[in-house]
Amino acid sequence: MPKRSDISKILIIGSGPIIIGQACEFDYSGTQACKALKEEGYTVILVNSNPATIMTDPNISDRTYIEPVTPEYVEKVIEKERPDCILPTLGGQTGLNVAVELHHRGVLEKYNVELIGANFEAINKTEQRSLFKEAMIKIGLDVPESGLANNKSDCEKILKEIGLPVIIRPSYTLGGTGGGIANTEDEFWKICFNGLDLSTTSEILIEESLVGWKEYELEVMRDKNDNVVIICSIENLDPMGVHTGDSITVAPAQTLTDKEYQYMRDSAIKIIREMGVETGGSNIQFSTDPKTGRQIVIEMNPRVSRSSALASKATGFPIAKIAAKLAIGYTLDEIKNDITGETLASFEPSIDYCVVKIPRFTFEKFKGSDTTLNSVMKSVGEVMAIGRTFREAFHKGLRSLETGLKGFDEEYKLKSDYNVEINRPSPDRILYIKKALEDGKSIDYLFEKTGIDPWFLQNFTDMIIVENKLKSVGLELDNELLYHAKREGLSDELISKFTGIDSLEIRKRRLEYGIIPVYKLVDTCAAEFAAKTPYYYSTYEQENEAVLSNKEKVIVLGGGPNRIGQGIEFDYCCVQAVFGIQDLGMEAIMVNSNPETVSTDYDTSDKLYFEPLTFEDVMNIIDQEKPKGVIVQLGGQTPLNLCDKLFDAGVTILGTQPDSIAKAEDRSLMKQMVDNMNLIQPESGIAYTYEEAVVVAKEIGYPVLIRPSFVLGGRAMEIVYQEKDLKEFMQIAVEASPNNPILIDKYLEDAIELDVDAICDGKDVVIGGILEHIEQAGIHSGDSASVLPPYSLSNKQIDRIKIQAKQLALELNVIGLLNIQFAIKNDIIYIIEVNPRASRTVPFISKATGVPLARLAAKVMCGKSLKELNFTKEVSISHIAVKESVFPFDRFANVDAVLGPEMRSTGEVMGIDKTFGKAFAKSQLGANQKLKPQGNAFISVNYNHKRDIIFIVKKLSELDYKIYATPGTAKALKLNGIDVKEVEKISDDPNNNLLTLMNENKIKIDLIINTPSVKANIDDEKQIRIAAIENRIPLVTTIFGAMSTVAAIEAIKLGDIGVTPIQEYIK
Amino acid sequence: MNIIPANHDAFLVLEDGTSFSGKSFGANGEAYGEAVFNTSMMGYQEILTDPSYCGQLITMTYPLIGNYGVNDEDVESSKIQASGLIVREVSRITSNFRSTKDLPTYLKEQNIVAIEDIDTRALTRHLRSNGAMKAIISTVDSDIDSLLSKVKNSEGLVGIDLVQKVTCEKAYDWSTSGKFKVAVIDCGIKHNILRILAEKDCHLKVFPANTLIEEIDAFNPDGIFLSNGPGDPGAVEYVINLVKTLVERDNLPIFGICLGHQMLGLAQGADYSKLKFGHRGGNQPVKNILTSKVEITSQNHGFAIDADSLPPEMEVTHIHLNDNTLSGMRHKTKPIFSVQYHPEASPGPHDSHYLFDEFLSNLKAYQGDPA
Repeated sequence: MPKRSDISKILIIGSGPIIIGQACEFDYSGTQACKALKEEGYTVILVNSNPATIMTDPNISDRTYIEPVTPEYVEKVIEKERPDCILPTLGGQTGLNVAVELHHRGVLEKYNVELIGANFEAINKTEQRSLFKEAMIKIGLDVPESGLANNKSDCEKILKEIGLPVIIRPSYTLGGTGGGIANTEDEFWKICFNGLDLSTTSEILIEESLVGWKEYELEVMRDKNDNVVIICSIENLDPMGVHTGDSITVAPAQTLTDKEYQYMRDSAIKIIREMGVETGGSNIQFSTDPKTGRQIVIEMNPRVSRSSALASKATGFPIAKIAAKLAIGYTLDEIKNDITGETLASFEPSIDYCVVKIPRFTFEKFKGSDTTLNSVMKSVGEVMAIGRTFREAFHKGLRSLETGLKGFDEEYKLKSDYNVEINRPSPDRILYIKKALEDGKSIDYLFEKTGIDPWFLQNFTDMIIVENKLKSVGLELDNELLYHAKREGLSDELISKFTGIDSLEIRKRRLEYGIIPVYKLVDTCAAEFAAKTPYYYSTYEQENEAVLSNKEKVIVLGGGPNRIGQGIEFDYCCVQAVFGIQDLGMEAIMVNSNPETVSTDYDTSDKLYFEPLTFEDVMNIIDQEKPKGVIVQLGGQTPLNLCDKLFDAGVTILGTQPDSIAKAEDRSLMKQMVDNMNLIQPESGIAYTYEEAVVVAKEIGYPVLIRPSFVLGGRAMEIVYQEKDLKEFMQIAVEASPNNPILIDKYLEDAIELDVDAICDGKDVVIGGILEHIEQAGIHSGDSASVLPPYSLSNKQIDRIKIQAKQLALELNVIGLLNIQFAIKNDIIYIIEVNPRASRTVPFISKATGVPLARLAAKVMCGKSLKELNFTKEVSISHIAVKESVFPFDRFANVDAVLGPEMRSTGEVMGIDKTFGKAFAKSQLGANQKLKPQGNAFISVNYNHKRDIIFIVKKLSELDYKIYATPGTAKALKLNGIDVKEVEKISDDPNNNLLTLMNENKIKIDLIINTPSVKANIDDEKQIRIAAIENRIPLVTTIFGAMSTVAAIEAIKLGDIGVTPIQEYIK
Repeated sequence: MNIIPANHDAFLVLEDGTSFSGKSFGANGEAYGEAVFNTSMMGYQEILTDPSYCGQLITMTYPLIGNYGVNDEDVESSKIQASGLIVREVSRITSNFRSTKDLPTYLKEQNIVAIEDIDTRALTRHLRSNGAMKAIISTVDSDIDSLLSKVKNSEGLVGIDLVQKVTCEKAYDWSTSGKFKVAVIDCGIKHNILRILAEKDCHLKVFPANTLIEEIDAFNPDGIFLSNGPGDPGAVEYVINLVKTLVERDNLPIFGICLGHQMLGLAQGADYSKLKFGHRGGNQPVKNILTSKVEITSQNHGFAIDADSLPPEMEVTHIHLNDNTLSGMRHKTKPIFSVQYHPEASPGPHDSHYLFDEFLSNLKAYQGDPA
């Protein structure tokens, strides 16, 4: 049957900013879908507020609205575009929720828009726990005992029926936010109240706890003819109780017999039919009791998901692309399997390797957060590794994480007693288990304690055996054992650590004796058919399947797992570079280990190596491919960290050379250069120890900014106001980057910070854009809101900045991208940082200006001049683009939400419009700061800000905001004629302060402006900020942010904010 | 790298001279057979005990085998039927609540040779390109040349009647009661077929493949089931002749699976041929052309009936979507149908279970009106 001809215009809702639980897997899925639908001749309209995505590139859809992904704004787009239908299953929970809300508001009916893929009834049935459970019972499937609660007495009743422990899950929240496991009554009530609050429908499910049971997932697809296929089975290494996003997972399922697997498969098929998901993919989670095999259905997501992205990468079957085609009426047997080119999509992939996914955490960025894993997802990224055995894949995965592990290796920051730690799910638990095994604990004992299947524990044991063998031979390592160790998945570095032989020596020996990896294909069919798509992984086996072309090749090194400070922005740059290389007729080879990304789509590059980004793994590929060169400046810090070693091994680094990169990182070399150029940097010094730091700081004068070198995302950066705080922060800094110098800068208080991105070809420099930060210097640039073009600088200042940027690019011999952070204070321009690499702001600027900076930069690195590329002049824009950051504070209980020099945001949105107020308003709404046109504002600012806040609050008051303030702030406001209601400080009055008034529903606050004090009252303020996060109240913690927020509220109040596709802005 | 690890104590040699070294994890000795590959990721116990694998050395493409051990329920016949097993890695541990022993022990107990540490993907690609071929696994002879000449001199599958090796010795009742009496022609039947039919209230009498029609008549069945089985269908003329008589003489419902399907085709005068490397796995897409629906099926066959050669009274009902080969057919006027694949699954998906119901309704109809 052909595709539908009764529809021509399709709206796709993206997932918005990267947050925990919703990362770049939705860019991967969405990009695939947009491309597929466009290829089929439909007009594709996209709404997504996230500028760092490939899917928002102007050529991916016909009209791209970088606008807030909220019901209001999507309605505006619908009103303007009048699409025939919406495909709501590609934008994660956000997309689904918006679609549901549009249904409730009657928008779909009003504009006669159809939901395709999954309709309202199907979405509703899967999302409403009660309906889901009812449906499962109807089709004869087993579900946990549970009850649904809308209030306290419901909770009480259910608790009596089921008894503790229970799991509590709020309806309609993302990644299990607000859910949890309650073992005690105290915990029970805490989680219940919180969950009722967070659920948009005030509904929570309280159910029998299956903690310790095995957990599985199936990825299912259905077409309109009711053909159903299972794409992939996934087994969680971590048992029930840990969110699947935080679990180590393995594909395919390892410990199910065919009988049990088929029962699960039958259940999955029944479920997708019963729930009425007409077409597309769904993810269904099951749990089984390891003792009896009892199988229970946990939940279903009627959309593409993180797991479906993983399943796509794990099998080679492009779920999102196929889902899009099914949504427009194709059936599975009408769609070709891209990978074989011969067979059809109506089959079930068979894989002949083992896939391991390991989550990446960043607890270190959230001081005071609990590292215990539970049903609320906390990981910010993940790696995937492929091997022929579990052990090989597991080793590869661990060394892909970039947490310092070289593989399965115990001597890694383990500070606690394993007897305690094995009982508690945490990122380090596997390492404690290793320690316990080494200490002679039995597999049975550990299974009992951890619930981790004995099969995995046996594999861990086998890994330890290899380690012990290596340790016992030491320097006497022979080739046979070396080969065995390589086949087991150990890295040269790990073998080096165990034997004492230098890792480069091991590599040399491997090359000499031909102990090198082979590359095998991911082909969906376990080699039953020849594969056309070059998607490879390494292993140590007999046959190498890699086919080498004679074309000129360039390898692009990706960014590895997402983490705070290094995420989708860099993947965007890498993908653009691939396009650039292909434009030049060369072969683009991608290396990356992150399954969520567009870069690891087999469709993106000419050849994909799904491999760890370590020196060894990358060199193995280089040895085989012999490329013209390697691009290291686009994938963030990960490839940059390999740069020197690759260069020393004789690899050609394309673009800016390692010595320039080193110069920019090396404080003293940089200082010398800047001095020679007669430019200005804040006073600074270098220290390796606390004692040295004391001397340097005294010389420079407080406050100082301390930061480790060779880190990204401002890891362990701090502003230090007095000597007594220096010790603690120096210690943290040294831990974050051991053996590297710690930089100590004079902190410029209340300076304006700027981000400049430019491309240089060695002769010419073109500025890509200048971003002015909203927040003052000292707030990490990744966390600061910023504006393009600058809104408060004089033309003269801008010209001076441009000149300095160009001088620096040429002086540093930059070939490719360059990012410079400047600060301006008292009309003096300071150079804060120079980074000869792609920055986080490149995609944002590219979207706002229409210039594909990373693509051009790749071409420059491949030898083209800017003149040849016809990019000689910067693009000036007449609109305003605001970048706002999005934070994961709601995931980490009791963590202070104040901004600082260490980056903690997970993602960003863009607000784009003709005026600053409108653009900023959009950026706030996109970032889920629900600014209201009027309401109640609570103001509490530190002493230094009392003056600055007056005019801001005056304006706010004029905009019909009722003002509440703490006594000190209230006094200043009253004296200036503002009507203020005083609220006591928490520490002064435990009964009549903001928190108690809010909790007792005496006041409803819609905006909190709270600037942190330098030292005093920290706890008071922290509580207010935490309350803001918990209650989802827009929170502003800087004066500049407050000014902008008021401008946004004014724009919202005026109410004439429209939507415009990016294609029109950049025409 | 040409290091043969010291612990490699077994060898696999194909008749074209390709050889692999590995580790023995089954019985000691030598095993001959046709080297084939199966892409099922689970279900090794069912596969090993499926009589259709008689005379074959099975390569599992999934590299990690044995993880859940073996148990007493998941058997498709009374013993391991395959000649040998080839895997990348056998599990050191078994982990499943039903497991009663580990795979190596099971193989050793039944004297089956097995080899691990093989680049099974390389072997699979080789078989895909060059076709399934004769091979030997040896744990006693490490001389590749000697093994090669042994393989070359060994009996292949083509033209060989393997059915006589796996059929029952004499007729027996699988179930002694039931609403419908079904005579099962056992060419190497999988137990799950019998389990399913018995569950559907069939009184099953299982007959040896070389049964005389009179013995079947004596049972007075409501229908005939033609079972799966190993090897070359052309070599089992006695069954073909039996089927021919049954089809022509009666209006009895007949249902054939796999080899049974091929028997029916040959009885009806169709041609058959050997597939290059066969269909073996649990993910094989088949289209029911009567309903346009796709079934994911379990398959295990090296020969196929040529659809173009079907006589006019037969029609195609199912085709294999990967290569358009014949997957199912039926008689246009009589209650007779067959499929090349395995609706009984075990291992594999249950999508085609409805075929048993169709057989049942044929039985019902026949009982109501046996004319």
